[in-house]
Amino acid sequence: MIIMKQKPFDDLLAAMETDEKVFLAGCSECATACKVGGQEELDALRGRLTEAGKTVTGTCVFDTACRAGGVREGVKEHQAEIDAADSILVMACGTGVQSLGDRLDPKQVHPGTESLFVGEVEALGRYVEKCSVCNECVLEMTDGICPMTRCSKGLLNGPCGGYSADGKCEVDPEKDCAWILIYRRLKDRGHLDKVAGIQGPHDHSSHHHPRAYRWPKPERPKKKRPQEEPA
Amino acid sequence: MSQLRDALAAGRFAVTGEIGPPKGTHVEPALEEAERHLRGRVLAVNVTELQTAVMRTGSLAMCRLLLERGIEPVYQVVCRDRNRLALQSDLLSAAVLGIENVLLITGDHVLMGDHPQAKPVFDLDSVHLIQAAAALEAGHDLAGNDLDGAPTFFKGCVAAPGSEPMEPQVLKLRKKVEAGAQFVQTQAVYDPERFEAFVEAAAGIDVPILVGIVVLKSAGMARYMNEKVPGVQVPDAITQRMADAPKEDRKKVAAEIAGDLIRAMRPMCQGAHLMTLGWDDVVPDILARAELA
Repeated sequence: MIIMKQKPFDDLLAAMETDEKVFLAGCSECATACKVGGQEELDALRGRLTEAGKTVTGTCVFDTACRAGGVREGVKEHQAEIDAADSILVMACGTGVQSLGDRLDPKQVHPGTESLFVGEVEALGRYVEKCSVCNECVLEMTDGICPMTRCSKGLLNGPCGGYSADGKCEVDPEKDCAWILIYRRLKDRGHLDKVAGIQGPHDHSSHHHPRAYRWPKPERPKKKRPQEEPA
Repeated sequence: MSQLRDALAAGRFAVTGEIGPPKGTHVEPALEEAERHLRGRVLAVNVTELQTAVMRTGSLAMCRLLLERGIEPVYQVVCRDRNRLALQSDLLSAAVLGIENVLLITGDHVLMGDHPQAKPVFDLDSVHLIQAAAALEAGHDLAGNDLDGAPTFFKGCVAAPGSEPMEPQVLKLRKKVEAGAQFVQTQAVYDPERFEAFVEAAAGIDVPILVGIVVLKSAGMARYMNEKVPGVQVPDAITQRMADAPKEDRKKVAAEIAGDLIRAMRPMCQGAHLMTLGWDDVVPDILARAELA
């Protein structure tokens, strides 16, 4: 999921300095799981913003703020409260902020979170990045450990010289060297041959910003002309 | 032409040195040190490139300045700061400036240096960079486009013999040589037994190895490296020699330690790369002690 954290409250107030009335938007997915944009957090924010002199016209935890349909449904349900607000504070990821903002143009939206990375929830409040969503997956080669993401240099052909005897990365001794993880896993499984060959450079040509993806159009079965019944 | 290539091909024990460009335009002191202490004593002088990710004058310019002073340079190229267009372009630039020896390495992460806010590039890794240099020599670029004039390089790579576990280093070295590396320069080695184990593990990888000798300036430096520098272990006996040395004798003892290490490891490798960290004046003493002068 998208891992995020709330921006400092004072930064939110500064961004909304000229707005008197605010609508609070959350999201039912990642933002709820990260405890930044669920109903509980929106209620707490409503309290703090009211204390700070703002009028909160309403709140909505959108059913997936990065889904156009989810935005439409939420907006329909809360149209009056949104219309009454000077701006919307969106407690969701950057995609959620834009998904709402683009659809509610010219209503001002304020991002309420920092989107950190696509990550795994190890436990509530502890998140790690494992995938860079790069369109060039090498997890088959490494038996499921991504060096593009988990090596600080994104090296594809083995480690640099910067790992310690306990398998940590010199860039951050709290972090594991991805290549030592890969080496140990492959060695234990007798799979070291999978990384023996040279892995070529990453091909960036297929995933430049802004990325988009559309399902190929399914081939529709050609309608057959109904055969005329023999008279 | 590369004297370094010729010496290694002829089976002569090859010694190289190293200088670091300044942070700024004041290049004379480093060049003068190289002229005074390295010229005529080492086959080639490696010029570090933005070492430990600290912004400095570039290796390429310093290499050319060395060449103009009659010193054969080794141009260090790191993957941290440039994408594949710039890396290939700089390799071609080196060739037209008369530079043949290149050391092709990944480079330290930007977080280790003085611009931690910078975007780390690592578009290519060291294996890819070696492939790129080999491709240019073959007359085309990494994308397969033909070149109008192809360069010639003597391509070096690095390895860290002291890394634990060692096997991943050997696996990677194998790929570097498969990609076209023609010599190996190692991370600092202070333990000949450990180095011997590495050389044995790398048996079958048919490429000359220059053992890395970093001049130990103090016992404190040894303790720092043991604690902070992955893959470098200074044995207690060596640390003690520095600790026992009176301050005025430190350079002398440092040269003895380095010379003794080279002598011990000479039978296991094809050359030595001296990293003096500014103490270039100890090079003659090191070579004398190693019986190479």
